[in-house]
Amino acid sequence: MEFDAENSSLNPLFQKIAQVRHYQGRVTDSYITLAHGSGGKAMRDLIEDIFLQQFDNPILAQLEDQATLNLASLLQQGDRLAFTTDSYVVDPLFFPNSNIGELAVNGTVNDLAVSGAKPLYLSCSVIIEEGLPIETLRRIATSMQTAAKKAGVVIVTGDTKVVHRGAVDKLFINTAGIGIIPVGINLSSSKIEQGDVIIVNGELGNHGAAILIARGELALETSIESDCQPLNDLISKILAICPHVHAMRDATRGGLATVLNEFAIAAHVGIRLEDQCIPVKEEVRGICEILGLDPLYLANEGKVVVVVPGEQADLVLSAMRSHPAGKESVIIGEVTLSSPGIVLLKTTFGAERIVDMLVGEQLPRIC
Amino acid sequence: MKYVDEFRAPEKATALLKEIQILSQEIPQNLKIMEVCGGHTHAIFKYGIEELLPNNIELIHGPGCPVCVMPKGRIDDAIAISKNPQVILTTFGDTMRVPGSQTNLLQAKAQGADVRIVYSPLDSLQIAKDNPNQEIVFFGLGFETTAPSTAFTILQAAAENITNFSMFCNHVLVIPALKALLDNPDLQLNGFIGPGHVSMVIGTDPYEFISQQYHQPIVIAGFEPLDIFQSIWMLLKQIVENRCQVENQYHRLVEKAGNSIAINAINQVFAIRETFAWRGLGEIPDSGLEIRPEYAKFDAEVKFTIPGLKVADHKACKCGEILKGVLKPWECKVFGTACTPETPIGSCMVSSEGACAAYYKYKGCRV
Repeated sequence: MEFDAENSSLNPLFQKIAQVRHYQGRVTDSYITLAHGSGGKAMRDLIEDIFLQQFDNPILAQLEDQATLNLASLLQQGDRLAFTTDSYVVDPLFFPNSNIGELAVNGTVNDLAVSGAKPLYLSCSVIIEEGLPIETLRRIATSMQTAAKKAGVVIVTGDTKVVHRGAVDKLFINTAGIGIIPVGINLSSSKIEQGDVIIVNGELGNHGAAILIARGELALETSIESDCQPLNDLISKILAICPHVHAMRDATRGGLATVLNEFAIAAHVGIRLEDQCIPVKEEVRGICEILGLDPLYLANEGKVVVVVPGEQADLVLSAMRSHPAGKESVIIGEVTLSSPGIVLLKTTFGAERIVDMLVGEQLPRIC
Repeated sequence: MKYVDEFRAPEKATALLKEIQILSQEIPQNLKIMEVCGGHTHAIFKYGIEELLPNNIELIHGPGCPVCVMPKGRIDDAIAISKNPQVILTTFGDTMRVPGSQTNLLQAKAQGADVRIVYSPLDSLQIAKDNPNQEIVFFGLGFETTAPSTAFTILQAAAENITNFSMFCNHVLVIPALKALLDNPDLQLNGFIGPGHVSMVIGTDPYEFISQQYHQPIVIAGFEPLDIFQSIWMLLKQIVENRCQVENQYHRLVEKAGNSIAINAINQVFAIRETFAWRGLGEIPDSGLEIRPEYAKFDAEVKFTIPGLKVADHKACKCGEILKGVLKPWECKVFGTACTPETPIGSCMVSSEGACAAYYKYKGCRV
């Protein structure tokens, strides 16, 4: 058949196709199949129905191979770009108080925020195992959007891959993020010095313990919930009141102990903790007792460790406590010049012991 | 936390320590006290107990860490079993990093062996039911503390007629090891802190030979800081009063005759091995358990061909001397250099109950 360009717009078949294509894609299947990652119609339907609809924003709606961001408007907010990426493989996908989607947003937001940056844009790449219920993916995408909205970030680009059963476990998500660091904010673990005070914004180990229980292998019943939350608003409040905070880090995998060891090594200082000041939920302590775990090494997903000059500690502490994400903030220790590179814990009996880096894995696939 | 915090009350510890100070002043010589059990070693380091004691009391960290005394050859055997494509090997988490002659179970798993961590040996039976076409082998080890639960697992497997389950038995006995230690001329001790959990099973009677034949005091102790302080106080009291008795500090759990149900389960399923090669201590007669012929169908050593080779300990490793209390961990040339918790040469560096790992973890390699 010869193609008549002039009359194509009148061809009823073409008109019909164009009309159908104009409809927003909808997924009618119940489960993800390999077709949803094939690059064809099924994939477009999945992206439109689940991701575009949820993440709804003008940059993503362009559906180009990349998001384009306006440099001039970024430059108004600061003088440096912060850029991070993280992959989320947590098992199970849903756990008390949160899920992999919310975690994928908050985790990357927090990685940006602890540099002092204002998180702005995220990417979202998903690798899906065939057979995942569409409804599960929809719930997770909805959670991602809710979390993004709460944290004030926009998901502007993404990718979808589907792999054979067994090639991944259910769903893996990667998010990368961009934020802008305001002029004058300069956080670095190398700035930590003698006399600094260490503050955390609440109970430690809840996320790690919640995941452990959620796996259901231990037949323990608790009410422990993951502490997954965005920290950028709390952090901006801290920086507003004390721009000269020396260092901040979110205590995720490896827990508080790992972060403090990294600080002690980087700044070549000693860190002294008071055991009785470290906030740990009664139930988390109980689980740790039963399983021989140490809450200092359990993961958190909404806890920031803040190192501030001693004279600013009270100011920062009261600012933190006035924020919902920091109500339970406490001072847990101080920075000393003795024993550089070492984290020491004063036990309740007044003895001291080392808190070393975590060796091996305490618990796999927690985030 | 109920039933825990009462045994960690700092003010009571202070009072006990004061009493210990007073008693120690009545003893002119330096005292060497061995805590037999790895659980005690861990608690002593975790709470910094040793540094609170008077200078003339030295704690020797004995052989009571089941992982530490497991010889390389038996690890090699477990790895050989796990490499059988039909086999799912289950074991406790601690066992994964114990070095065999070439590799460990973690590496075997990475190379494709199906090795799974369980919290209870009974979990292996569920895995057996879930995987009827595979052979499930539980790599069981430990002292009399864990032997009842593995005995019960075998009894349960027999009752339910589970045919695809067996056990690679490496249980060891505390009393023959203590005898071997006491017969060692290198070892000069003044008393023992006796193992609490083992004694919960076997009772206190089996220790009578220590006081009667070897004229040493022994106090069976619990694992909380106050338990340990009180046990040391009881030992000192015996020494001051020139007594050599078996005393029970842990009477909230340990009865004189032990737990007859547990003892019967052990006796029903296990017989005493002629000899067992302990890492560091060498062959000790009558010191291990093997599965009785009546339960041979649950015996992995009958069901599978195992290499069964005896492998000498690494020449540079001083685990043997450390287990006997002849050397302190830092006196070993490879401690903290070639031998660390990440790359253990000797098994005392593997488990947190091992003397070397406890020193490394809580006291640092710069002792």
